[in-house]
Amino acid sequence: MKIVVCIKQVPDTKGGVKFNPDGTLDRAAMMTIMNPDDKAGLEAALRLKDQYGAEVTVITMGLPKAEDVLREAMAMGADKAILVTDRVLGGADTWATSQTLAGAIRNLEYDLIITGRQAIDGDTAQVGPQISEHLNIPVISYAQDIKVDGNSVIVERQYDDRYHVVKAQMPCLITALGELNVPRYMTPGGIFDACEAEITVWGRADLVDVEDSNLGLKGSPTQIAKASDKVRKGAGEVVNLDPTEAVDYIVGKLKDKHII
Amino acid sequence: MDFTLSKKHEMARALFREFAEKEVKPLAQEVDETEVFPRETVEKMAKAGFMGIPIPKEYGGQGCDILTYAMCVEELSKVCGTTGVIVSAHTSLCCDPILTYGTEEQKQKYLPDLAAGKKIGAFGLTEPGAGTDAQGQQTKAVLDGDEWVLNGSKIFITNGKEADVYVIFAVTGIVEKRGRKVKEISAFIVEKGTPGFDFGTKEKKMGIRGSSTYELIFTDCRIPKENLLGALGKGFAIAMHTLDGGRIGIAAQALGLGEGALERTIEYTKERKQFGKAIAGFQNTQFQLADMATKAQAAQLLVYKAACKKDQYQKDHKTAYGVEAAMAKLYASEMAMEVTTKAVQLHGGYGYTREYDVERMMRDAKITEIYEGTSEVQRMVISADLLK
Repeated sequence: MKIVVCIKQVPDTKGGVKFNPDGTLDRAAMMTIMNPDDKAGLEAALRLKDQYGAEVTVITMGLPKAEDVLREAMAMGADKAILVTDRVLGGADTWATSQTLAGAIRNLEYDLIITGRQAIDGDTAQVGPQISEHLNIPVISYAQDIKVDGNSVIVERQYDDRYHVVKAQMPCLITALGELNVPRYMTPGGIFDACEAEITVWGRADLVDVEDSNLGLKGSPTQIAKASDKVRKGAGEVVNLDPTEAVDYIVGKLKDKHII
Repeated sequence: MDFTLSKKHEMARALFREFAEKEVKPLAQEVDETEVFPRETVEKMAKAGFMGIPIPKEYGGQGCDILTYAMCVEELSKVCGTTGVIVSAHTSLCCDPILTYGTEEQKQKYLPDLAAGKKIGAFGLTEPGAGTDAQGQQTKAVLDGDEWVLNGSKIFITNGKEADVYVIFAVTGIVEKRGRKVKEISAFIVEKGTPGFDFGTKEKKMGIRGSSTYELIFTDCRIPKENLLGALGKGFAIAMHTLDGGRIGIAAQALGLGEGALERTIEYTKERKQFGKAIAGFQNTQFQLADMATKAQAAQLLVYKAACKKDQYQKDHKTAYGVEAAMAKLYASEMAMEVTTKAVQLHGGYGYTREYDVERMMRDAKITEIYEGTSEVQRMVISADLLK
């Protein structure tokens, strides 16, 4: 089985968020981590590899420094890594990103593509399903459990209060929830190997069946007007009342603010 | 000379730090209080490859260097001295002598399980009458047919009851050296469960209370002849060489304890207010922190240098690292004692309570000046080299 896992290097919010003067994220200046949902997707792929045997390829689109997240994935157990980087791909929204990744994945053989549900820097949850559309394969989103059954996958698709069990024939794409699993640690030996390993670097010229008009900032229908850090909330108010009084107190407050 | 860590060492440090913060730190206080060996943590470390860091891949290890191993013990010890010494004793005192002196059969038999953490290793040299004076050994091994018969006891054995594989030293004869009769010591590999191999009392210790420190008792314990480790009669040299490497592990443990106490103290002094301002605002605090950080940094350089020297030895089997290891252990352990003591002082009355980590760290630090060669022994090793 061949599995492709799409991962993204995202800002580590613990290290503080920095912006460019034009309001976009200054990714080069921020501490970074592997997007948590993507890491869960990678762990799911590695578990399938442990269980059934598989070749796991990780792919990311980003700045050259996104190589770090690929090496981390290899230190966890991924077999191959591909970095898609090119100045013309910069400023991509979800549409241009999914076009780029689909264009890169067309070079690869795969049975399964796994992406995280969404990235913590954009929270759109669009890239995974869009890739499946471009590649014309089924998508199962919000996976909380993945099993392989012959040429099919059986996935528990999470809803708030229930889950659906969905079966799809491979090749298909699955988007993984962070809650899917607890990702393994890298191993020291894995780190040493990953730092020696070759990473395939692709640019615009390597993308298959993608129009220039669908790439980078120019190919992005979404234009970011302004981005900002989380607004700090006030300290709030703590009151100690019995439940009946507490309900009256809260309702009173909501009425004061004309919320109800 | 470049003091920058390579990418792989930076990544390894980040891994050890994340693991220590997530898996080890939350249990450190409980491990100390209950004196229970952190078995689950060891299993997690085994899964992450921490139990076989410098063991070559051909024997199931991670194939990394001694510097990486030292950084692992350092980062673990920043949050829990017990966890640091479990890895150190296992790796330096059991895996390393088997790797260095074992036959190919012994390496194939023992190292894969040890490196995978399926089995834990320990080392038995110290006896009631033989601590620093290793010649005072009383445990004897007598060859009887195809078996060695061991009789005697070992004390203060780290990983004592939890280990599966033990490197044990015993007297195998008396030889004349320069007109004096001296004991001929040999090394053996003994497995848990061997009839005649039993455990005595568990030590009640001041610090590193979760590490299982036991007496080992051998009563007509018969082990196969092929469990002799290294050449017959070369046990003393094997023990000394093993301890040279072990000292790097303990130096790394001491380094971590000092650094961990410093980190806690920086956080605390920024929060703790007296006379209307954070105590970090007082010059005494600032100067104390500056001294603590400078000494911790000096210790780190000595530890990393000794680790790199041992790495060089692993490649050429020539480079000497015993003196560097002794200096690293001497300085790092005394730094750890000084820094943790100052950390408690800067925490004031709270630092004397078990609610704060620095109290445990100060107790943990003391042993680093004693085991695997006291500070006095390290001074003997260093001065002997200077005056040779």
